Amino acid sequence: MPDADQLAALFGAVAVACPFALVAVLGLPTLLGAPPTERATDRACRWLIAAGLLATLGVLAVMLATGNRHVVLNAGNWVSLPHGASDAHYHFAVKFEFDRLSVPLAVLSYALCGTIAAFAVRYLHREPGYARFFALFSLFLAGMVTAALADTIETLFAGWELVGLSSTLLVAFFSERANPARNGLRVWVVYRVSDAALLFAAVALHHMTGEGDFDQLMGAAPWPEGKTALSESQALLVGLLLLLAAAGKSALVPFSGWLPRAMEGPTPSSAVFYGALSVHLGAFLLLRVSPLIGASVVLAGAVVALGLVTAVYAHLVGTVQTDIKSALSFASLAQVGLIVAEIGLGHWVPVLWYVALTHLIGHACLRTLQFVRAPSLLRDYRELENALGARLPQGPGPLAVAPSEARAWLYRFALERGYLDALLTDYVVRPFLALFRWCDRLERRWTNYLSGAPREAPPAPPAPEHAEPRA
Amino acid sequence: MSLALVPWLELAVLVPLLGAPVVWRAGDPRAAARRCLAFSGVGLGCAAAACAGFALGVPAPPGPFALDAISAPLVPFVALLHALTALATARTKQVRFSFAGLLIGQAVRVATFACAAPEPLAALLILGTLPPYFDLRARGQSARVYALHMGLFAVLLVAGVQAEGTPAAVLLLLAVLVRGGTFPAHLWVTDLFERASFGGALLAVAPVAAMYAALRLVLPLAPPEWVLQSIGLASLLTAVYTAGMALVQTDARRFFAFLFLSHSALVLVGMELHTELSLTGALALWASAMLSLSGFGLTLRALEARFGRLSLSEYRGLATASPALAACFLLTGLACVGFPGTSGFVAAELLVDGAIDASPLVGLGVVAAAALNGVAVLRAYFLLFTGARYAPAVPLGLTPRERVAVLTLAALILGGGLFPQLMIGTAHPAAQAAIRGRP
Repeated sequence: MPDADQLAALFGAVAVACPFALVAVLGLPTLLGAPPTERATDRACRWLIAAGLLATLGVLAVMLATGNRHVVLNAGNWVSLPHGASDAHYHFAVKFEFDRLSVPLAVLSYALCGTIAAFAVRYLHREPGYARFFALFSLFLAGMVTAALADTIETLFAGWELVGLSSTLLVAFFSERANPARNGLRVWVVYRVSDAALLFAAVALHHMTGEGDFDQLMGAAPWPEGKTALSESQALLVGLLLLLAAAGKSALVPFSGWLPRAMEGPTPSSAVFYGALSVHLGAFLLLRVSPLIGASVVLAGAVVALGLVTAVYAHLVGTVQTDIKSALSFASLAQVGLIVAEIGLGHWVPVLWYVALTHLIGHACLRTLQFVRAPSLLRDYRELENALGARLPQGPGPLAVAPSEARAWLYRFALERGYLDALLTDYVVRPFLALFRWCDRLERRWTNYLSGAPREAPPAPPAPEHAEPRA
Repeated sequence: MSLALVPWLELAVLVPLLGAPVVWRAGDPRAAARRCLAFSGVGLGCAAAACAGFALGVPAPPGPFALDAISAPLVPFVALLHALTALATARTKQVRFSFAGLLIGQAVRVATFACAAPEPLAALLILGTLPPYFDLRARGQSARVYALHMGLFAVLLVAGVQAEGTPAAVLLLLAVLVRGGTFPAHLWVTDLFERASFGGALLAVAPVAAMYAALRLVLPLAPPEWVLQSIGLASLLTAVYTAGMALVQTDARRFFAFLFLSHSALVLVGMELHTELSLTGALALWASAMLSLSGFGLTLRALEARFGRLSLSEYRGLATASPALAACFLLTGLACVGFPGTSGFVAAELLVDGAIDASPLVGLGVVAAAALNGVAVLRAYFLLFTGARYAPAVPLGLTPRERVAVLTLAALILGGGLFPQLMIGTAHPAAQAAIRGRP
């Protein structure tokens, strides 16, 4: 008879392995040119996601029964270099932890992905990209579960990147049109900035503490009671990098422009990624490193300020959106902003970290429901209006109550989505591209001069290089 | 006769060399392709046997070539790259592609990577610059840019090998930088890709011979710190600059050339930091980049065989016509940029770790280059495979031969990603040996 620890380890291993098994079952045949049938895909999703969910609940049951609030599943060192002559040492540990923070997010990921998989099986029936959707969907689930359960920052980074890639490719899912591809690239650029910040923070943390394990970084006490071993200045430096990573992933200001663009993807992916899980991953990261926020008042202030600015921005912009998915995405962002502000306020009132986690879970569930209901809601509205023979009455928007001198400015600000995309495009993207295009022209001229046999002029770059947000 | 007495390494050089005239005499391009594949495959088998013998500790018979911790994993990789290029050459390309040149190139490059003594190595490195030159001439293209740079490389290399002390180190480092395509001596790489056959250019650059030259010729001289630092800075700038350039390219070959240059420079950054960690990361990244860039290049070459010279100036929407090529392009491209689950992930992490150890700014540069490369790869993917409706009248999927080639590389990339200890564990003793200067 296995004891409680062995049982928890067994359940934990199943919880971690299930999404990767799903990736193998759905992804490898697709790579080999023989994608699974719709029925096989449906069954694989159903069984493996259910198994993963039950295993995670099994770990939770063991934790509740034994009172152990921090179960660690150590898969050993993925890579380990022995101490050499120069005293260099490196190891990449694959460890997963089940605690008050990771278990709820893992359960949420499994539950929502299971729901959306069941929805998408019918929604995408006979769609040309059916197999591709589910292959990417399985990759997303693997990334979410890895990031949620990671006990080392390197493992979290791996999951973080898998989430980013699958999200980007699903934004560009409808591959016969240019706009999804443009928007997918825009999302990917923001994600890469976010990934770079996280990677830099991970390596910096590794250097400051000699370990990448969260229990070494944040103290051995279970979340959220840990205390970081870093000094206040170190916590601020690493915390700001992590805040940048979180801002990119959760579309906080100034990276909010990618969120409405991400709605180009099919409704099931919009629901599970940008309404529920992916957009909360930044907030989850901040919750995971909450002891850093506890250690630095400046960092906590920055987190609160960014959260509140994002919430106000998203509320203002959301009020003027004319399509349901964009309106929902900005509503979602407003709540994410509030969750981030709650996390920052946890510096002074630590119980707010529990509030933020509860807020995150509740919001994710509600928003998933709203997203999957959106297409049928529009149909219901149309039927209602047909029955009434007139448009449904619409009251004035929230901006209508603003003083008249500010109203026009507020409307313009909201309609232009706070000019964030335009600012990033005009002051970051275009100068960057212009500089390198100038260098490219110089190089071509110099090469032609050296060779004495010029090649033909290069074709023009793709015509609008900057992506248009979804209307 | 015991298998241990067979000079596998010498055979890995000799078999392709002997095969070249046989292939040359084949009148029919298809017959030449078949013979080339056979000779190249046997050469690969011999290289693998030599590597297996080294790994098992079987003493090799004395000969002009020898394997050690540095060269043992590289020799079979180099041979594999040539065999897969021969295998994946589409029929439309067989008429113009020089299979005899491929075999000569394989012999020279395997010999280069199995040679440690300075003078013979310098001679082989110079000899290795000739196949692309003849390829350019055979295609009626200007070889001046290539010849100018390789001439400079040869002069610096010979002078460096003849000199002693710090001047020797400086001259050899400059030679390495020219061969590696460090800014501003990188123009030959883009020019070569634009003018030569894609396969020939790929084989000439993908093994990153500059890194091998640096390990064998420069590090043992223990160059002064300022030399390594200034060269490290040049490599770092090259990595970031070429990653940025890859982002704005409108021609797929130039894009690939800049992507290669960025990775080659990143590998050199790790070498020039010359800490045990960074060098281990650089060696692992080197092997990973050789695999992934080769796979990426072969995928691009397969695309070119179907759709002609590829422009990145408009959306092509080729995924519908070739979904397997799209998947391979993405997989190999992501492996290039060290995506989780691929062979480059841990290597890139190690390199960043080592770079930050040296200086946070160096670490920032490495991270920035990796981020830009990632954007460039996905931009190319979106432009080539999405964004338009394309319905060809004829099937344009992977042929069985191409599928074997690309899936072999994909298996190695994913295998290296899932079991990175194998690659890192092999790179670590090589890094230790290189640091000691006694490989």
